[in-house]
Amino acid sequence: MTTEHPNSYRSGPDEKGHFGIFGGRYVAETLMPLILKVEQAYDAAKADPSFQAELDDYLKHYVGRPSPLYFAPRLTEHFGGAKIYFKRDELNHTGAHKINNCMGQILLARRMGKQRIIAETGAGQHGVAAATVCALFGLDCVVYMGTTDIERQAPNVFRMKLLGAEVRPVTSGTATLKDAMNEALRDWVANVEDTYYLIGTVAGPHPYPAMVRDFQSVIGTEVREQIMEAEGRLPDTLVACIGGGSNAIGLFHVFLDDSDINIIGVEAAGHGIDTGEHAASLTGGRPGVLHGNRTYLLQDGDGQILDAHSISAGLDYPGIGPEHSWLHESGRVSYVSVTDEEALAAFQLCSRLEGIVPALEPAHALSHVARIAPDLPADHLLVMNMCGRGDKDVFTVAEALGVEL
Amino acid sequence: MSAPNNGATSGRLEARFAALAAEGRAAFIPFIVAADPTIDATLGILKGLPAAGADIIELGVIFSDPMADGPAIQAAGLRAKAGGANVRQTLAIVREFRAGDDTTPIILMGYYNPIYIYGVDDFLRDAKAAGVDGLIVVDLPPEEDSELCLPSLAAGMHFVRLATPTTDDQRLPAVLDHSSGFLYYVAIAGITGTASATREAIHAAVRRLKNHTDLPIAVGFGIKTPEQAAAVAQVADAAVVGSAIVQLIADNLDDNGQPAENLVDTVLDFVRLLADGVRSARPQAAD
Repeated sequence: MTTEHPNSYRSGPDEKGHFGIFGGRYVAETLMPLILKVEQAYDAAKADPSFQAELDDYLKHYVGRPSPLYFAPRLTEHFGGAKIYFKRDELNHTGAHKINNCMGQILLARRMGKQRIIAETGAGQHGVAAATVCALFGLDCVVYMGTTDIERQAPNVFRMKLLGAEVRPVTSGTATLKDAMNEALRDWVANVEDTYYLIGTVAGPHPYPAMVRDFQSVIGTEVREQIMEAEGRLPDTLVACIGGGSNAIGLFHVFLDDSDINIIGVEAAGHGIDTGEHAASLTGGRPGVLHGNRTYLLQDGDGQILDAHSISAGLDYPGIGPEHSWLHESGRVSYVSVTDEEALAAFQLCSRLEGIVPALEPAHALSHVARIAPDLPADHLLVMNMCGRGDKDVFTVAEALGVEL
Repeated sequence: MSAPNNGATSGRLEARFAALAAEGRAAFIPFIVAADPTIDATLGILKGLPAAGADIIELGVIFSDPMADGPAIQAAGLRAKAGGANVRQTLAIVREFRAGDDTTPIILMGYYNPIYIYGVDDFLRDAKAAGVDGLIVVDLPPEEDSELCLPSLAAGMHFVRLATPTTDDQRLPAVLDHSSGFLYYVAIAGITGTASATREAIHAAVRRLKNHTDLPIAVGFGIKTPEQAAAVAQVADAAVVGSAIVQLIADNLDDNGQPAENLVDTVLDFVRLLADGVRSARPQAAD
């Protein structure tokens, strides 16, 4: 473990896309020239005020930003400790934080003149968001999705089709998110000329982890303003769930240099870390190279990637964004894990006490909030990212609870 | 090029290309995946390859997520995993082959993570000792040279770089820098075992590369028949065939996924046809 303490936790990555030893560009030569072009185009867009203005306009009028920062009174009372706030990114158009990133990247793809968009999806939230922005701009959209996920996220599959996207089932490997990403990369290699790969999380080769983080940082930027308005000061604790980690980094990033803030990422422990059936890359994995970057991965002793497991399709990935690996090793962010069962309990609790049916992903975050909130003082401000709504999960939850619909 | 070759290579690859240049013909390079479907089957095929006309051998090291490979090699990887393949086992296979053949170069081809987890220094030491002559690692572009390319060159292990249709003239010098042994031209923008480039496109590409380097140029991806191999061998210094051979292995397994009785012979017969195609490509070489 490195114990270096940089002057800023917000300055990464370096020009080669590294966060400490993590990140980088581990891709086939065929893709390298294109990835360099994406980087150049993104750098140019960042420096162009009209790009941000256009993005802001769509975020406001199409996505529905800013999303509210909501004080959750009944959960606060129930836990009997910290003041619980939810960042309501589940209220975004399409029902999750994923659209923040898709809107940014689709504007970039348009600037690059790309007509065809490919994406990978696990829970289907990113696929739906990608299909949505493609419909908005009249671009062709192909979404790769594992057959296991297609089965457990049927409503989202139909939504993508309604939006005009082609959903291509992926049967290789475990037929989940990692395999969908492999297949999307294979498509991209074969269609470099006209195709833009709209990666849905803070993973992949540089510049994706930094670019997706930047587009998701609207979450934390808004929270900073909203909590100042509500409480006149910054929060004490931030909590978010982590699969690839885009909603979490989106909330965390603007606060990383506020050293008094306790920042916690919640991984999916599936059936339990000790069962081997989980998706907690930091807790149960070690550094390796997959999908274009070095990061913590679930893998065996031979460097073969292992299958992840989580009841939440959106967390079911054997890796994690490289910046999280770096924040983990530098100690700035604490990473914990929550099992399927714990997440299910939090899912139900939130529905009953706040009238908010959370997605299974943020239900993991809420479960950790339930662990820590009772022991925190009443003036402790805790902000949790409610990064998605649970409509897509009602069938999965019903099945897990033994309810026949 | 300016490769920091401070470790002596095995010399087998240099000797082989020099001999072929003197003969005036291209090399034929077959690819199979180590332990597909069993270690014994791989050894049977490997030991027969030189006599069947293989000049250099590419041996695939399995990885669970082979992003640059099509269905045939993906399936081979799954079979090999069931057959007990890992890096250590692959090196053991090379060691046994090397005990009976000290001249045919062996190049390992795969992805970085299994090597990274094995440990770069340990891997280079063990691979060299086993008789490996070079490496092709798909997901290590020049941008990540410090990971394995530079340590390989320092250890006297060839690091064979991939150039592709998307590698334009501006980028090509970066790809050539530190490339050693030969340059592997990926004939299509795509994954293995799918589309084939036209003969004209391949010829133009090889001519372009030869303007930039003196390294031998091997061409692979989409070469499936003796005729295609011959067309490549007219201009390139080597023709690589992978998926077509690997598919033949898949087609010669019994119901339990074990090698059918004639598997090794069937594969070697096909290799002979491919090698004959390469050897007949340039008329002057026949005499």
